[in-house]
Amino acid sequence: MATATAGLTSFMEVIHAESNRSAQLRPPYPEGYVLAFVRAQMRTYGQLARAGFRRQSSYRLAMVAGVVTNIVFGFIRAAILFAAVQSAGGTLAGYTRDTISTYVWLSQALIGAVNIGGSGSTELSDRIRNGDIAVDFTRPVDVQGSYLATDLGRAAFTLLPRGLPTVLVGALTVGLALPSRPWPYLLGLVSVVLAVSISFLCGYAVSILGFWLVETRGLRSLYMVTSSFLAGLFVPVGLFPGWLSTLAHATPFPSILQVPIDIISGHVVGTEAVKTVAVQCLWVVLTCLIGRALTRDGLRKLEVQGG
Amino acid sequence: MARAQPRAAGDWSTPYRAVIGSRIRAQRSYRASFALDLFGSLLIGLAEFAEVWVIFHNVRVLGGLDFNAILLLFGLSNLAFSMADLLVGHVDNLPTYVRMGTIDAFYLRPQPVLAQLVTSELSLRRLARIGVALVALSAGLTQNHIAWGPQVVAMLVLALVFGTAIFAGLFVCAASLQFFLINGSELTNSFTYGGSYAASQPASIFPTPLKMIFGYLVPVVFTAYLPTLVILRLPGPSGLPSWLAWLTPFAALWVWFVALRLWRWGTRHYQGGGG
Repeated sequence: MATATAGLTSFMEVIHAESNRSAQLRPPYPEGYVLAFVRAQMRTYGQLARAGFRRQSSYRLAMVAGVVTNIVFGFIRAAILFAAVQSAGGTLAGYTRDTISTYVWLSQALIGAVNIGGSGSTELSDRIRNGDIAVDFTRPVDVQGSYLATDLGRAAFTLLPRGLPTVLVGALTVGLALPSRPWPYLLGLVSVVLAVSISFLCGYAVSILGFWLVETRGLRSLYMVTSSFLAGLFVPVGLFPGWLSTLAHATPFPSILQVPIDIISGHVVGTEAVKTVAVQCLWVVLTCLIGRALTRDGLRKLEVQGG
Repeated sequence: MARAQPRAAGDWSTPYRAVIGSRIRAQRSYRASFALDLFGSLLIGLAEFAEVWVIFHNVRVLGGLDFNAILLLFGLSNLAFSMADLLVGHVDNLPTYVRMGTIDAFYLRPQPVLAQLVTSELSLRRLARIGVALVALSAGLTQNHIAWGPQVVAMLVLALVFGTAIFAGLFVCAASLQFFLINGSELTNSFTYGGSYAASQPASIFPTPLKMIFGYLVPVVFTAYLPTLVILRLPGPSGLPSWLAWLTPFAALWVWFVALRLWRWGTRHYQGGGG
């Protein structure tokens, strides 16, 4: 059965196939029903993630373009931060030339996957503006959850093809300081998945404000700048002056980029690393709840014209 | 020619003024969003400045320039870039027109496609970034000890006029490549936005290959770094002597030469795709 649905590409078809199946599973045992329902839901989200993965994989040229751009910006950023480290006398806020290089290249590698500053998806805000979102709400699957699953699939595809070449170029040209044990990479992977989720959930909440604003482009560009700056995209959060660092840590944004980089690069280790991942989990829950509350209120406000 | 136009039709700028007027009215119609748009654009400018500021919170000199000199550099490069962005930045929309097939209409009208594209839009939100750049430039010009004279004024004018032309040319290069790069529009960001990013840094910090790329291939060091050196009477790093700044018009010519070649090539390559 799974192979039969694997051939379906459109989300609509996936969802309809899955909802039909859960409808067939309904009879008569209550406990069995709950289990079957959960399983069907899991399968739906799995299919959505796979569809997101496959959709992303079909834009090959876009991916190459993204890698090249990430690398060019990586070179410029590395030059700036190297000059800063040198000017500071060899160490800058705990970073040396090698560790700041690692920071630059890991962040350039992760930009695509965590989709920093992206508002969930432009698709979502387009659908809110043109009213297609109403169709999403008639589907037997949670809107926030289904978009999240699709985004996780997209990120899963993006991570290696966009990340690996970038890190490699950095390693070959300017050198990186990466840990040799597997632990930081394993925890780092968990941290990246959480980072993708937080980034998506924040962006989702921003897009959902379209229920009130209709056109959210201004808001989204506002969000893009603030979130990517506070996430440590331009300069590591560790270089911020005290008050700005406090401000950044009061937002979910460092959890989107700074935290996964710190963990993968071994900048933060041991219980401290576990603690930052726990903070990420907290932000997942919080941003998820905010998104849900906004969706609920927004639905009351939603007015779709035409039919 | 047979295309004699009645006097009442106005002069060459009438259609452009009509378009601009309609764009202004359109952009003001979603007021809340426009205000946020403007504020977002302002914040982009401020965030770019904040990056510089955070670095100078940690160090005193970067690539031979102190904070005051960086203000001048930042102001010059950002003013040139944001003016180019206002005037022609919307040629970025080309991939959408190509994908939707609406570009076909541009081919049918008796005007050059590029001229139509350039005059099709004016994003008022971009004024906010020009504002940020102007403030930085004014601060840079007053905070530094500048020996004012005709040379400095001439350098400023050259830098702003031809700097804008350089960035505008880069936008046109990027747009031309969109005829070939379906779905690959991000690639050209590496020399438009990447160029602007590199232009606001002291080029002396770049390793030699980057210095050569941004000095001679995508000549963004002519927009701000070299003029800053001349205005502050500083020597240039190896490979980029400061007197090169006086050749800024030639850098602009080079960019536009490439841009127009690419544009011709791109428009001829396009075969139509929409219905």
